[in-house]
Amino acid sequence: MGGFTAFSSRVVPLLVNDIDTDQIIPARFLKVTDKLGLGDNLFADWRYDAEGSPRSDFALNKPEARGAQILLAGDNFGCGSSREHAPWALTGFGFSAVISTSFADIFSSNALKNRLLPIKIDNTEHQELVELVTKAPQTELTVDLVTQTVRAPGGRAYPFPIDSFSRVCLVNGVDELGYILGFAGRIEAFEEMKR
Amino acid sequence: MNSSQPQTLFEKVWDTHVVAQEPECPAVLYIDLHMVHEVTSPQAFTSLRGRGLSVRRPERTVGTIDHSIPTHDPSIPIRDDLAAKQIRQMEDNARWAGIRLYGMDSAQRGIVHVIGPELGLTRPGMTIVCGDSHTSTHGAFGALAFGVGTSEVEHVLATQCLLQRKPKTFEVRIDGTLPRGVTAKDVILTLLARIGVGGGTGHVFEYTGSAIRSMTMEERMTICNMSIEGGARAGMVGPDDTTFEYLEGREFTPNGESWDRALAGWRKLPTDPGATYDRTITIDASELVPMITFGTNPGMGLPVTGSVPSPDQMGETRQKQALQKALGYMGLEPGQPILGRPIDVVFIGSCTNARISDLRHAAAVLRGRKVAANVRVMVVPGSQAVKRQAEQEGLDVIFKAAGAEWREAGCSMCIAMNGDQLSPGQYAVSTSNRNFEGRQGKGGRTFLASPLTAAASAVTGKVTDVRTFMND
Repeated sequence: MGGFTAFSSRVVPLLVNDIDTDQIIPARFLKVTDKLGLGDNLFADWRYDAEGSPRSDFALNKPEARGAQILLAGDNFGCGSSREHAPWALTGFGFSAVISTSFADIFSSNALKNRLLPIKIDNTEHQELVELVTKAPQTELTVDLVTQTVRAPGGRAYPFPIDSFSRVCLVNGVDELGYILGFAGRIEAFEEMKR
Repeated sequence: MNSSQPQTLFEKVWDTHVVAQEPECPAVLYIDLHMVHEVTSPQAFTSLRGRGLSVRRPERTVGTIDHSIPTHDPSIPIRDDLAAKQIRQMEDNARWAGIRLYGMDSAQRGIVHVIGPELGLTRPGMTIVCGDSHTSTHGAFGALAFGVGTSEVEHVLATQCLLQRKPKTFEVRIDGTLPRGVTAKDVILTLLARIGVGGGTGHVFEYTGSAIRSMTMEERMTICNMSIEGGARAGMVGPDDTTFEYLEGREFTPNGESWDRALAGWRKLPTDPGATYDRTITIDASELVPMITFGTNPGMGLPVTGSVPSPDQMGETRQKQALQKALGYMGLEPGQPILGRPIDVVFIGSCTNARISDLRHAAAVLRGRKVAANVRVMVVPGSQAVKRQAEQEGLDVIFKAAGAEWREAGCSMCIAMNGDQLSPGQYAVSTSNRNFEGRQGKGGRTFLASPLTAAASAVTGKVTDVRTFMND
């Protein structure tokens, strides 16, 4: 898999706090045995009405959401279950990054394994981005993983932290399982010692 | 890893499982026990096979079928084709990998977090993972147990290891004696109401204090189970004689000389005097009351005698909006008492509260009483072993006589994947762990509470303070 570097995209604001993984992908869609097609049911219960038609007032259904790769969410995104179907659904829709003030631990770990960046910024910066995107929904932000910054038009840059190991893996296309397999000898020795 | 430094329980378990720690990199952490179920493992097995890898230590992975399994009469075939396919795939994967599966026909099958402890697979000092966030349950035994995603399920299958950054520690100290009618569920709902659903992010809870010491293993499991609802990576309790008594004689518990050796090791696990935590919170058990949730996350809880909060009390705009949204979904008004809210369904089940002691609590309330007309009451044991035990004690007779449904083991309406679900708009009092929008069925509305509160509410058909049933 190729390296993850930088991209520019419009932003979908979904400014709800504590968005749990049951909202991201409701449990009834977890009866799959592969990772495909989950994007169609991303935020299903907020996105579609009782008849299954898209709700025009929901952020993902607005024209500017088409092709957008960045989700701007409220605090504590991804709390709840460990389902990796959540990042599969987000990437399946086309997202490559979620911006929030905080992320649930398991979600964050799952996202990084699926080339979905959990971008954590502080409250003030978050508020700035919310205002920017609300005023000008066509605004494009540039996410640069190498410099760990989100850049807005006009030059304002928002640095973000990211796990250094995950960043190296993403930028260089390194596979985490491959990395662990490289320790086979030490795993063997560890098991021997424990026996 | 200086052994003269006082260490916490978590640090001891962590340090003894680090296989490798390269600079700037996460630790390669050895996993003693890996549990898998049908929903979060199929893609991991497929990917593993695709890479030409096999399962490194099949004896360290155990499978069960719990999430999508129906809880109706087992002789009725599964009507849901997708669920049936997922279950078949779990069976095929277990056979391919040579892992032990407590499958459809197993007398020992049940919810993964109920059967692990029941079989003695869960033991102090172990590292335990499962593709399921409620793996935190197993921490009640002094194990470091946490939920992982499907990619990590594959990592463990292939290497028996995971890449992990060391979390911080968070002591939750609960001293004092719980008043009558107040249970472990009320303790954890109190904690969640105080710290919120993100309050424990990046941390591992260790529950300490006299209230925890005097609890049974099943009560400790209820508390550790919902650690994840506070955002914590895991929840742990230092092992003690209560732990050892629970474990002795179980199928996979060591016996004879191995038991003595294991026991000597387990006794060294509790946090050393003088060890420090990154954070601490203290709760006085004697002040607690039965709790219930009113909103759409487990942190939105209040005393059952309390009133729904008002968004006007919230400082921040987004918090105000969150509360407004939650109350809108729940159909509740600010300031309204929660007591007396009419309900449609009572669900007694889940990895939080479907062990034998939970069913005994519910049965004690329902004995000689009838559930209210128009209220559907489902009692779903956590495992087939719990079901048999309850039947031996005659609890099933009490439930059925009261007008409740007595069902087969499984996750059931906690996650509503198997056909057990709320209809849009229905209200339920549930002993499970999540009240997220749609969690128990699209449009369904959940009040989380203890088995005592759930059973009392079943009788009256509305949210009820169980203490009014305890006048004797």
